[in-house]
Amino acid sequence: MPEELLIGLTIFVLSAFVGFEVITKVPPTLHTPLMSGANAVSGIAIIGALLVSGRQDSTVTLILGMVAIVFATINVVGGFMVTDRMLEMFKKKENKE
Amino acid sequence: MDARSTLIGLSYLVAASLFILGLRYLSSPATARRGNRIAALGMLIAIVVTLLDKQIVSFTWIAVAIVIGSIIGALSARLVKMTAMPEMVGIFNGFGGGASALVAVAEFIRLTSSPTAVMTLDVSITTILGVLIGGITLTGSFIAFGKLKGFISGSPITFPMQQPVNVLLLAAALVLGILVIAGTPIVWLFYVVVAIALIYGVLFVIPIGGADMPVVISLLNSFSGLAACAAGFVVKNHILIIAGALVGAAGLILTQIMCKAMNRSLANVLFSAFGTGDMAAGTTSDEQKSVKSVDSEEAAMVMGYAQSVIIVPGYGMAAAQAQHAVRELSELLQKRDIEVKFAVHPVAGRMPGHMNVLLAEANVPYNLLYDMDDINPEFPHTDVVLVIGANDVINPAARTDTTSPIYGMPILDADKAKHVIIIKRSLNVGFAGVDNELFYNKKTMMYFGSARERVQELIAEIKKL
Repeated sequence: MPEELLIGLTIFVLSAFVGFEVITKVPPTLHTPLMSGANAVSGIAIIGALLVSGRQDSTVTLILGMVAIVFATINVVGGFMVTDRMLEMFKKKENKE
Repeated sequence: MDARSTLIGLSYLVAASLFILGLRYLSSPATARRGNRIAALGMLIAIVVTLLDKQIVSFTWIAVAIVIGSIIGALSARLVKMTAMPEMVGIFNGFGGGASALVAVAEFIRLTSSPTAVMTLDVSITTILGVLIGGITLTGSFIAFGKLKGFISGSPITFPMQQPVNVLLLAAALVLGILVIAGTPIVWLFYVVVAIALIYGVLFVIPIGGADMPVVISLLNSFSGLAACAAGFVVKNHILIIAGALVGAAGLILTQIMCKAMNRSLANVLFSAFGTGDMAAGTTSDEQKSVKSVDSEEAAMVMGYAQSVIIVPGYGMAAAQAQHAVRELSELLQKRDIEVKFAVHPVAGRMPGHMNVLLAEANVPYNLLYDMDDINPEFPHTDVVLVIGANDVINPAARTDTTSPIYGMPILDADKAKHVIIIKRSLNVGFAGVDNELFYNKKTMMYFGSARERVQELIAEIKKL
């Protein structure tokens, strides 16, 4: 097995465990924001898209990379913004008494 | 490692830590907003340092693409209605998966067209996985979006031999995928695999009914993370692997919670075309069952003089956009010194936490909202339960009738309260296609009509008391 793959797999498995631990603690009330926030994080594919399209090997990869950047940016910008908009609405009852 | 690569690597580490911290802060509504911003900061750092990478030689097109994506993303985040949140998250999943698939395709093209580049086995395996998962996520999410929006029928779409066809397709994709990468990469076969992934995404979601969408969206959420992971292995970038794994885990946990709340396995949700009605073997023995129907005045009397009220919202509240009226009603009751609580079933609505977001939008404080396990012991000493557009989640058959398709599903014990008022448009069966015996219970009052109008009338009548 190539060393690079082994390191990658190690990182993958450990991150998944961290993810399970952290996310199990999110209460049901916040499941929708959790989902849209996680969604924004999956826009991390933008990093791959930047690397692919910035190299300019060929027109085809440039176009594919650009479409990927557009998709991922929608995901990142839209995802974080809409999550923020939702979380802004979650308010506790103010104690009037 | 030169200084620049070191800087990039360390910044990715910071970004990854910020993602994890951000998710951690999501464990309480008080810190959640900060958590989201911390994660966004992590993303910004990751993007900015990537632009320093020496591999990147041209920035013009990148800038154009980022601007286009940002405008679309920002506008949709601003304009989307809170009731349309499931569609929004659904289609965003698709974009994430699509982006990852495109990265894998572009990398495949680069490696196979250049005479010097070598495609190692690990890269080719993850490339195939990337296009498979990403492609399925892309089209699957578009179908889920269409179903939630109503462009495509929300009920399961089935055709003969559907499951065998699906299994065959998936098997074909895997076999062809292995053929592509065994030996010298076969380019045209690769595109066949891409096409199969896209078709499979469509076929995989169409037989799944509307009320099962919470499971599908959670699962596609998980897929979009796993696709990013695969893309990370392809371009050999650890931040993609870390972030992808976090999202994959989040989606998987939500999928699990949703399935548990329906007492069904994931396989059952995905493959049984639940809700077509043909499996409703429940007790529909046509002995004349009588229903007590009430008008606004009577319903207002019962509620206005109660001491404690629990409101059970369901998809009907979202569909009728009744959340603001419901908040007004709850405030009016509180002014009359009536204790008001909300009982939220995990699968109420079309995505996990759907009801909570709608009620938050309408300014209902989140500490009035209770999860199923916390509220169930309170029903027996509650005067009135007001059910707004919910059905299967309060069906007592889930506890008693072993022949019912929903038997074993954890439900809200609304039937244990002294009175139950159910706002519903008709006596029609719910998503599971089973009759609800609670409708015919002696203590139940059916209050027919659209959720928003009925709640508004109720408010007007209670004010007169």
